[in-house]
Amino acid sequence: MPMPSLRALAIAAPLAIGAAFALVFFYAPLDADQGFIQKIFYLHVPLAICALVGFVVAAVHAIRHLRTEDPVHDARAYVSIHMSVIFGVAVLITGAIWAKASWGKWWVWDEPTLVSFLIVFLLYCTYYPLRYAIEDRERQARYASVFAITAGAFVPLNFIAVRLAETLLHPRVFATAEGGMPPKMWLTFLVSLAGMALLWVTLVRFELAAKSASAKLSRLRRAIEGEEFAARGSRVAPNVPSQATGSA
Amino acid sequence: MSAFRAILAKDLRVELRTLESVPSMALFAVTTFVLFRFGLDREMLEGSLAAGVLLATVLFAAILAINRIFLAEREQGGFDTIRLAPVDGTALFAAKVAALCVYLAALELVAVPAFAFLFMDDWTGLTPLLPVLLLADLGLAVTGTLVSAIAVNSRARDLLGPLILLPLLVPVMIAAAGAAEPLLAEGGPSYADFGQWVAVLALYDVVFLLVGYAVYDFLLED
Repeated sequence: MPMPSLRALAIAAPLAIGAAFALVFFYAPLDADQGFIQKIFYLHVPLAICALVGFVVAAVHAIRHLRTEDPVHDARAYVSIHMSVIFGVAVLITGAIWAKASWGKWWVWDEPTLVSFLIVFLLYCTYYPLRYAIEDRERQARYASVFAITAGAFVPLNFIAVRLAETLLHPRVFATAEGGMPPKMWLTFLVSLAGMALLWVTLVRFELAAKSASAKLSRLRRAIEGEEFAARGSRVAPNVPSQATGSA
Repeated sequence: MSAFRAILAKDLRVELRTLESVPSMALFAVTTFVLFRFGLDREMLEGSLAAGVLLATVLFAAILAINRIFLAEREQGGFDTIRLAPVDGTALFAAKVAALCVYLAALELVAVPAFAFLFMDDWTGLTPLLPVLLLADLGLAVTGTLVSAIAVNSRARDLLGPLILLPLLVPVMIAAAGAAEPLLAEGGPSYADFGQWVAVLALYDVVFLLVGYAVYDFLLED
């Protein structure tokens, strides 16, 4: 599948997000229960969906890495997890703000989605110490892929367990007693989701391009300055061959 | 199959001769109960508190064994021997899971009666607790073996193992505590949602057994 260029993505993502914010503030109706604060929903939920899908994408790249032993797939898995963890921080912050505004507390333990997201987030945070702790590059990449696959299988299991543990049911935005969101909210939500997804893909592609450029640069420097330069560079981030920018 | 049996027999024989893991786990568990007695300032425990104290203690004691399960292979060159033999990664995985299950069962033979003796009047809930503990043991053993193989080959292995393992074990804790809470409730055991939690534990075990089966060979390559 041919991927759009990074330049096209970098133009499309801000446009989509700008359109989404315009819809959020000027088009989507105010929520009858929660009022203005409900609009954080259009930021919080797309971020969370993108982060979780990003973890699954990382697991798929990890499977391909183990099958082909091609470091490109490891680099893609690494960048996917990296970006999803950053999105995850934003999810937890927006979730806490939403919880404070609608339930009066910064954190509520009986909101299963938020709690399971925290557990998943904590698990993926250990991806970095894992990579730091293994010196050998090939082994580091292989173990990181095993971790990404294991954690990918863990995500749905964890959601099942946490959801079953909740006895209280909070009113949910998607499915309320009146029969779900009105179409105007749905449209706004879908545009926000598309914008966030474009942002995720753009940032992933951008980081891959940056990594491959700096790898190329240090190769060139090595060729000029000799081997003493080889010791520098990141210990965690995988080596990215220059073709890594092809598709994410 | 013969490789599986050989590795399992080796591990159990080593444990029987050195008594390195299980006695320490049992001692750790009993000491932790004493700590909880004062930390919670309770002489009797029931319901969710009993389930939480018992399962958290078993979980932390399990980490002691999980940290050590590959130590001999790592320090005495067992990984190289296993690769040279050549033994399938699956056989090693299955044997280590089985060994950990045996260790955990042995631990619980001490820890559960000690817990009942120290904290409980009514012991009728302990028998139906058995399948819950066995399924939780299998889950601990499966994820523990997976994570331990990753951690043992890294620089910070004592740190990394528990760090990755604890979030992975949250669903086991949720399901086992969910099943155990009504069993240990004040005024006799009840079976609220028992089937549901046992099903979640079984699902967890099956999923991670499959993941381990699929990826374990990659952890042995060099």
